[in-house]
Amino acid sequence: MRIHIPTPLRQYAGKKASIDVQADNVGQALSALTSTYPDLRRHLYTDEGKLRAFVNVYLNDEDIRYLHKESTPVNENDSLSIVPSIAGGSCACCCPCRMNA
Amino acid sequence: MLKIDQTCYDQLRRHGEDAYPHECCGVLLGRLEDDDQRLVTAVERAGNTRTDSPQNRYNIDPRELIAIQRQARERGLDIVGFYHSHPDHPARWSSTDLADAHWLGCSYVITRVEKGQARETNSFLLVGGEEADKSFQDEPMQVAARITETKTPA
Repeated sequence: MRIHIPTPLRQYAGKKASIDVQADNVGQALSALTSTYPDLRRHLYTDEGKLRAFVNVYLNDEDIRYLHKESTPVNENDSLSIVPSIAGGSCACCCPCRMNA
Repeated sequence: MLKIDQTCYDQLRRHGEDAYPHECCGVLLGRLEDDDQRLVTAVERAGNTRTDSPQNRYNIDPRELIAIQRQARERGLDIVGFYHSHPDHPARWSSTDLADAHWLGCSYVITRVEKGQARETNSFLLVGGEEADKSFQDEPMQVAARITETKTPA
């Protein structure tokens, strides 16, 4: 199966945009990826070994959190996308944070 | 340095005006050069899923991002950054912007939209080796008349 690497993580994955691995489930696929490129691990996982909260992993077009997470089975024609979240905002009305001036 | 095509620059600013008084958001597509320059040759609008507080928050649905990424790949383009607007607030990054920014090495472009009119547009580069030491740096932005897409699709 093919794993698509987002722009910021390619420097830790041999500058590759996608990497093919052999796996039976999502966890195995990510394990194969981080075994080949160990520097990726700290960007994907916490020290406790859990996927970081802002790291979304999609099997084709489905969020693995709504499938069977890392136990979700895969086949060779699937694609796995690693997508760090995109969010923010001016946040100037009701919280103590300040705009960077 | 962020070098952006004039048409793309106009498009992202217009998006801010169209979305006012809500925040708009979208994706900057192009290529990363070896000299750490980001070239933007296309922009894609994205929906703001923060319907609970769209006037001061934005979020892009990862599924929409995957679709944009897929189409970009077919054109030989990469995601090089993101844009959003700050309705009636400065074109500077906020604490929320930094806390929720995770694409290290990418550009985050912010436009101040004042009373429905796009004003300043600034770019900030998310730097750092990992989450713990990330920060935004002011990034020079050059608006160019036309930047061509020359890379062969992957």
